[in-house]
Amino acid sequence: MSAPTVPTRPASEPLDSGELEINAMLVESILVGFLRKEVHRVGFQKVVLGLSGGVDSGLVAGLAAKALGPANVIGVSMPYRMSNPQSLADARVVAERFGVQLRVFEITPQVDAYFEAHPGADDTRRGNKMARERMTILYDQSSAENALVVGTSNKTELLLGYGTIFGDMASALNPLGDLYKSQVWQLAAHVGVPEQVIRKPPSADLWEGQSDEQELGFAYAAVDRLLFYLVDKRFSADELVEMGHDPGFVEAVTRRMRVNQYKRRPPIIAKLSARTIDREFRYPRDWGV
Amino acid sequence: MSLEDKRLRPLLDLSKQVDIITGMVLKSEDFRYYNAAVHMSGGVVSHVHRKVYLPTYGMFDEQRYFAAGDRVRSFECSGVRSGLLVCEDTWHLSTAYLLFVQGISLLVCISSSPGRGVLANPGADLAPGSVASWHDLLRTVAEYTTCYVAYCNRLGYEDGVNFWGGSSVYRPDGQVVVEAGESAELVMAEIDLREVERQRLATPLLRDEKIEFTLRELERIWNERTDGPY
Repeated sequence: MSAPTVPTRPASEPLDSGELEINAMLVESILVGFLRKEVHRVGFQKVVLGLSGGVDSGLVAGLAAKALGPANVIGVSMPYRMSNPQSLADARVVAERFGVQLRVFEITPQVDAYFEAHPGADDTRRGNKMARERMTILYDQSSAENALVVGTSNKTELLLGYGTIFGDMASALNPLGDLYKSQVWQLAAHVGVPEQVIRKPPSADLWEGQSDEQELGFAYAAVDRLLFYLVDKRFSADELVEMGHDPGFVEAVTRRMRVNQYKRRPPIIAKLSARTIDREFRYPRDWGV
Repeated sequence: MSLEDKRLRPLLDLSKQVDIITGMVLKSEDFRYYNAAVHMSGGVVSHVHRKVYLPTYGMFDEQRYFAAGDRVRSFECSGVRSGLLVCEDTWHLSTAYLLFVQGISLLVCISSSPGRGVLANPGADLAPGSVASWHDLLRTVAEYTTCYVAYCNRLGYEDGVNFWGGSSVYRPDGQVVVEAGESAELVMAEIDLREVERQRLATPLLRDEKIEFTLRELERIWNERTDGPY
């Protein structure tokens, strides 16, 4: 997760989504329907999600509680010994606000046991390992509770590849994947995520003092606007520079989006037969359910 | 399935009581698959429309799977000269025009229209942006063909895509007669041919329509487009 060399701007006013402003009531209604229908149609009543104390998982907890009933939502907090204690406290506030269950499983023993043999591992390796430990716990809880794992990755993270493949990016269904971070903030306020959770600087909390915007090298508000024009509105990089965006920033973001494409796709399959999964065998996930 | 498929039997039986229009994947005798709308009346299939315009862009990939229809024919539905379109067909002005000059009084459009577009919009109510576009289109088609337009849209979710329902009926002056909400419901509307007559007296678009002019100009445009060395 190396930061591109662009001027760093600190977290700007998180609720100002500008031209990305959504019809929050409509989005809430679509996402609540999505969670209810897509969970029930595959024979499940319950969901499990990692509750980090951040705004994304807080929002998903709120949406899932509305869709499935709070008793059917299991939030799981999985702190590491270096996690900010405020994160767990915030996860509790979120669980309380929406009435969902909260379970706490420390991941320190298994993470430390592994890295004892690899003391030289850098922050990225450690962060990825933690994200994948959390994933295995969520999928174990999924099995134990007969609950689907709901993802919390937003569109900004997915496009920038700011997430751990098979870690926090793993889920059965994801209500936030088509919302930029600025839009997540807006929807979170509408759904009633506690103010303290919405207002705090976003952090993956993989190590102490980590900040998304510092690590990425730009503010969500700025990158969201750029991505919105690049992806949603199909402007070219040249056009965006003409519009006044910093060429280095545009280049860094487009490059980052391109090199992380692999994280957004299933593993590629070597084609041998006349009908290969995902190439000619193209049924939707909801095929037959 | 083919029109002889026994799974159509229950609908055909019901069509002895009321005319029925349904969408289906229609397999032809020569094994082409069509996205089709089928009209049933009196226990038999009385009209078939094979979707002409198969959307293959953005989230759609119909031409990958379906053969395209090549005609729009009017038919009689409960005693009313009618036309039948499937979803994307309606977005191409030619289809409504061709039915209009066949003198229809009712245009039926069935669709599986996905909701998309959720940016804030001062005029927007609780509906995705695509819904407003559809309503504008249907209202306009009704007014400019001086026909009733009946629109039936899918509801629910599939693979993360939401379908917004909103089935509706428009009068020949473009006004909404009835509009369904976001949940499954039965909506009823009366098709009053006297209303079509009144509208066509007030606005004689069909009377004044010049098919020969359209044909001649289309032919000229076609010839110019296909003329030349490349």
